[in-house]
Amino acid sequence: MSRVEVTIAGLGGQGSITAGVMLGEAAVTYDNKYAALTQAYSSEQRGGFAATWVIVSTEPVLFPRVTHPDILVAQARDSITRFANVLKPTGLHIIDCDMIPETPEGFANVIKVPATSISRNQLQAPVTANVIMLGALCAASGVVGRKALEQVIVKSVPKGKDAVNLQAFDIGFKIASEQIK
Amino acid sequence: MSSKTTGNVMAGTHFLMGNIACAEGAIAAGCNFAAGYPITPATEIINHLAKKLPLHGGIFLQTEDEISAISSIVGASWSGCKVLTATSGPGISLMQENIGFAVATETPLVIIDVQRLGPSTGVPSIGLAGDIVQVARGSHGDYQIIALCPDGPQEMFDLTVRAFNLSEKYRVPVFLMAEGFIGHMRERVVIPDASELSLVARTIQRGAGGPMQRQDFLDAAVAPMPVFGNGLKSHVTSSCHDEHGMRNLSDPEIMHKFITKPIEKIMRHRDDIIQVEKNYKDCDIVLVAYGSVSRSAKAAAELARADGLKVGIFRFITCWPFPGEEIREMAESVKHMIVLENNCGQLFPYIKAEAAHACRVDFIGPQTLGQIHDPEYVLSRLKEMVR
Amino acid sequence: MSEIMHPLRMKYTREHVKKTTNCPGCGNGIIVQAILRAIDELGMDMDEFAFVSGIGCSAWIPSPLFNADTLHTTHGRPIAFATGVKLGKPELNVVVASGDGDLAAIGGNHLIHAARRNIGITVILVNNGIYAMTGGQTAPTTPRGVNTTTNPYGTLESVFDISSLVLAAGAPFVARWTTYHPRQITSSLKKAFTSRGFSFIEIISQCPVQYGKVTKSGSALDLLKHYKKDSIKIDKARTMDPESLKGKIVVGEFVNEQKPELSAEWTELKARVMEGRS
Repeated sequence: MSRVEVTIAGLGGQGSITAGVMLGEAAVTYDNKYAALTQAYSSEQRGGFAATWVIVSTEPVLFPRVTHPDILVAQARDSITRFANVLKPTGLHIIDCDMIPETPEGFANVIKVPATSISRNQLQAPVTANVIMLGALCAASGVVGRKALEQVIVKSVPKGKDAVNLQAFDIGFKIASEQIK
Repeated sequence: MSSKTTGNVMAGTHFLMGNIACAEGAIAAGCNFAAGYPITPATEIINHLAKKLPLHGGIFLQTEDEISAISSIVGASWSGCKVLTATSGPGISLMQENIGFAVATETPLVIIDVQRLGPSTGVPSIGLAGDIVQVARGSHGDYQIIALCPDGPQEMFDLTVRAFNLSEKYRVPVFLMAEGFIGHMRERVVIPDASELSLVARTIQRGAGGPMQRQDFLDAAVAPMPVFGNGLKSHVTSSCHDEHGMRNLSDPEIMHKFITKPIEKIMRHRDDIIQVEKNYKDCDIVLVAYGSVSRSAKAAAELARADGLKVGIFRFITCWPFPGEEIREMAESVKHMIVLENNCGQLFPYIKAEAAHACRVDFIGPQTLGQIHDPEYVLSRLKEMVR
Repeated sequence: MSEIMHPLRMKYTREHVKKTTNCPGCGNGIIVQAILRAIDELGMDMDEFAFVSGIGCSAWIPSPLFNADTLHTTHGRPIAFATGVKLGKPELNVVVASGDGDLAAIGGNHLIHAARRNIGITVILVNNGIYAMTGGQTAPTTPRGVNTTTNPYGTLESVFDISSLVLAAGAPFVARWTTYHPRQITSSLKKAFTSRGFSFIEIISQCPVQYGKVTKSGSALDLLKHYKKDSIKIDKARTMDPESLKGKIVVGEFVNEQKPELSAEWTELKARVMEGRS
């Protein structure tokens, strides 16, 4: 597929936009693809909605807006309310099942990732929930290569935090791999 | 006139926000003095310049308001600096008087306008191409301006460099008409090596003698700039002046030249200044657009062609001076122009004036202002129009 | 018949500028001479200077008369332009000369911020207490109760004490004189031209044609006599109570201290971060 549209949505502070930027950067600078990212957020510093739309393509992106995403990464219930209705019926739904316990109806491909609890309990690093989701996105879609994303993660996270983030990515990757088997 | 850059260029392939690409373009172009006041959606430009300009020996001054920002960059330009300010519509409104000063005194400078939804305070974070006419006609009096319209982060870099080159070459203010959408979106940006960038620096007046022995102003062929601190004893006033820069409020001949020569300076070089992108060979219908929505136009044209319709595109890269000749030429070869703008139709009357004698001209605004046109929507409107 | 010319005129002004735009009795001539005398006594060259002015009668003091780089700007903005000139070429001695309407009304914000920033320019604010060029309208310096063109039934607003304002904004050099004090103006200007920081000199100056008329304060000579009679040196004024200072003009150098100057600070900052980069 030459053009893949991804929506990553959550609440302010969950790192949805950061995850989108990493996805786009991995596509462009390591996978030699094209990507276009737009974003929106409410004005609250915490707790308001935050969303980013990333188009990854093997060719230059003409129309840069996401209208009917192929993939929705939802980090909060609010994200489902806002964005699930435009997801393609055949689209891939990746949800943080700690935040969204009920399975969204009407979608064939739903991947459930307990990213919030793993980041808090297992990794003791709540800020890595978005990277867990990114790992799941990578395994379930292959939209961007694993190596590219890992390189961007190492480049983007604060010094000394690369190991825990790579671990988070790996956990997400494995959870999704299990579910698509 | 051209010179090669030193180590100011962040060469390589990046995934950059439009505003950051713009700031990198300014640094690559040799900007060494910038001033500005924080405003959404342009703030990332000044934040980035504040961080990076000093590393390259430049200054970023955060001023007390936008009036001070434009005034101080005019001052620094007369001290010989390559200068820039970045703002949004409300800031442009405040700057307009001294943009006119820069026009009247033939001062090279670059103004980045990351346009937002208005009128007035409007919606800061949502882009709209609402300032297109105000930058051409917003300062009082009669004048011509240069304005460029980027369609994405790559052109935020490329056209910022070009804006500096044009401003230095012609001793004029140049606008980069970004939109919030373009300023905030991230995309692949390829920055060339310094050796591949062609940069222009203004010609500076040399030698001695007072202003009466020189002709530093009102030269349609562009006079060398008598920058300060070189012992030239330059006189610079935005009041009506003669070719020596000396104020003259009594000679009708000089008043006439004071207005017409700076206009002529731009119009005489229109072929060097005006850039358009066109692809309408053998087409009946052309989608005419600029900025963010030119991408909707291109996507819609692809959809239309897949549907068997002969639809082409025309994009303004330069919107001022207005590419009237290019529009007239197109009007002779197509049947129907459909203008897409990210506003309620600001360039539409100008396009119509050049084309309506020869072809049909229609307008399609965004289905919801603030959201760039969906190509499917453009296609459905197009089909209604040609039915 | 050969023309008799003032030596300062020959040395420091543009030869082709043959006439003045000032009214008879205007204080601008005294200020022109005080500025040129300061430059002459310091042995400085006009090429070391850039003069910036705004709009109003006093903006004509340097422009187009002075044979130096001169930038005649829009109303209220000369300090903002001058800030750019100075930061763009810190070695230049940048001097703003303009009026109270230009610098303290429409341009008041730039004035206080330039003082706060301590940008190394000299600002000569000529305070004639009125909008003179446009015909006797109220300025923020027009005394309360007088009838002006725009307050024909009397002004209702209080005046700005501009020097105190600039002092409070942090300027390291602030002086106020009247046109009765040309030697003192020259002496303060010499300090201003050789000091590093933001230096501010307010000059109370007579406008017989507009101010004299609307305030019924008489001719140029009457106004100069008032300056002579009612000026109180700052040292003495500090010992007096506010009541006895009413109607007086406090003159002198209010402050003269050293503070880090902005363009020099920038030069150091650039050197520091560029070194850190390499």
